[in-house]
Amino acid sequence: MLQNRMWLYGWLLVSPALILLFAFTHYPTIATLWSSFFTTPKGCREASFVGLENYQRLLEDDVFWQVLGNNSIYAIGTIPLSILLALSMALWVNGKIQGRAFLRMAYFTPTVLPLIAVANIWMFFYTPGFGLIDSIQGAFGLPSQNWLGSPDTVLYAVMAVAIWKEAGFFMIFYLAALQALPPSLHEAGRIEGAGRWYMFWKITFPLLMPTTLFVSINAVINSFRLIDHIFVMTNGGPDNASSLLLFYIYETAFRFWDTAYGATLTAVLLVILGAVAIGQFYFMDRKVHYQ
Amino acid sequence: MSSPTSTALAEIKLDPDRWLNILGAWLLALMWILPLIYAIWTAIHPTEYSATFDLSAPLTFENFERAWAAAPFARYFLNTVLLVSSILAAQLVLCTLAAFAFARFEFPGKNFLFVLVLMQLLVMPDILIVENYRSMAKLGLIDTITAIGLPYMASGFGIFLLRQTFKTVPIELEEAARVEGANLLQILWKVYVPLAVPVYLAYGLVSVSHHWNNYLWPLIITNSEETRPLTVGLSIFASVDQGVDWSLINAATLMTSAPLLVAFLLFQRQFVQSFMRSGIK
Repeated sequence: MLQNRMWLYGWLLVSPALILLFAFTHYPTIATLWSSFFTTPKGCREASFVGLENYQRLLEDDVFWQVLGNNSIYAIGTIPLSILLALSMALWVNGKIQGRAFLRMAYFTPTVLPLIAVANIWMFFYTPGFGLIDSIQGAFGLPSQNWLGSPDTVLYAVMAVAIWKEAGFFMIFYLAALQALPPSLHEAGRIEGAGRWYMFWKITFPLLMPTTLFVSINAVINSFRLIDHIFVMTNGGPDNASSLLLFYIYETAFRFWDTAYGATLTAVLLVILGAVAIGQFYFMDRKVHYQ
Repeated sequence: MSSPTSTALAEIKLDPDRWLNILGAWLLALMWILPLIYAIWTAIHPTEYSATFDLSAPLTFENFERAWAAAPFARYFLNTVLLVSSILAAQLVLCTLAAFAFARFEFPGKNFLFVLVLMQLLVMPDILIVENYRSMAKLGLIDTITAIGLPYMASGFGIFLLRQTFKTVPIELEEAARVEGANLLQILWKVYVPLAVPVYLAYGLVSVSHHWNNYLWPLIITNSEETRPLTVGLSIFASVDQGVDWSLINAATLMTSAPLLVAFLLFQRQFVQSFMRSGIK
């Protein structure tokens, strides 16, 4: 009797949150996969089942492959660098360094600013002939360059913003991990006469592995999720050179109103995130043991 | 910042490794703060100084006044405040109840349901824009502040964070309260919630700054002045024929981020610690 009441209370307590979670996370996930097998409903014409036709189109869609390529470059280019910077920042701020409070504030500030707002600021840096980067280049006698206008540079220009925005955020996780490390480890190392680099690579870095993994997962998710700056800086252009997967989904579904194809593209994104989750489990198993 | 003592100075001179570290740390910090400094510079000087850094340039607040007048920023501010506060309020209530159940109750399906909750850490509503838009259309909620907030109100992250916290509360405290005749909700309110205040604070800060800054979903789901939050309003303002009036755009940019930025500068330590606390798994 008492146990049944416990069950009931448990279910009652979780139900409001779970109903909302189901309505806006699980249901749309399933519905995305479902819609990807149908046509886009238009006016009075209902969506009709087309099997794998949308996926066929996907394979033949040059823009999709370009966008997927862009997103890979974006992820590979931003993730390791921002993690490396985050780790350096955390080590600096955690140590006894001159002006520690200022440094921490400077590193973390981009995190509290809206991405859409910082994109506006960065736009100016990239303005040809007038912007800051061009002015510096001009001072060295280099020619003016249209960073956001050229397909060769535009992706790297938006990647720079992402690194700048994220490194300070990831620093926080490293800082938390560093402060949780027992100081005795370093004392022992010092007594043994270990050098600073040696101590970092043999003691600190391995102990930070779980944090690195956690930060990496977050970084991968963010590289597919955070695209606000694309809207302000490039709109995906020129010629889709800076378009990322989620931006392409937005364009397809909300500029061309092709929701079925938008769902198909979202399905690809879900598969990618699923792969990340599986990878996480695999790594967790191996790395967490010697924690 | 404490002034370095003479011994510290001697140490710096002796140790090139340390010296390089300081140089690297400061260079990076300057690079990281430069965009903000630059935005402030252009915003408080007349337009003609936006690319020339002349310390004698006259200060002005005119850019802020013009930006404020050029778009309904007061309305956008109101919308954003309504949005973040309703999301936070709902999150606090829903996550507390669910976290309590996951931490202290046994019921069939508990583990499965918890996995469903954790799924949201990976598949966030941010990427489910196509189907969520369709749902909102069916519910007749397009272009409402409710529609912007609804997908975020049950937060997997919040449930997870609070469950971890509630699990550390000694069970004896709960039993003591039960002996005194407290019912379930009283126990939750009098025992668990007070002990989790730092976590609530941390979660609140993260949630507010996240939703203050959120852009894509509000952009999709709103199409009128009455519902648009600041981020969407700012992007429209900056794209609609402001030309290259950087002073104006930067003034608007600063204005929209000001509340968070000022709060951050005032409560820096709490901010950093909150983000740290919410990141500990």
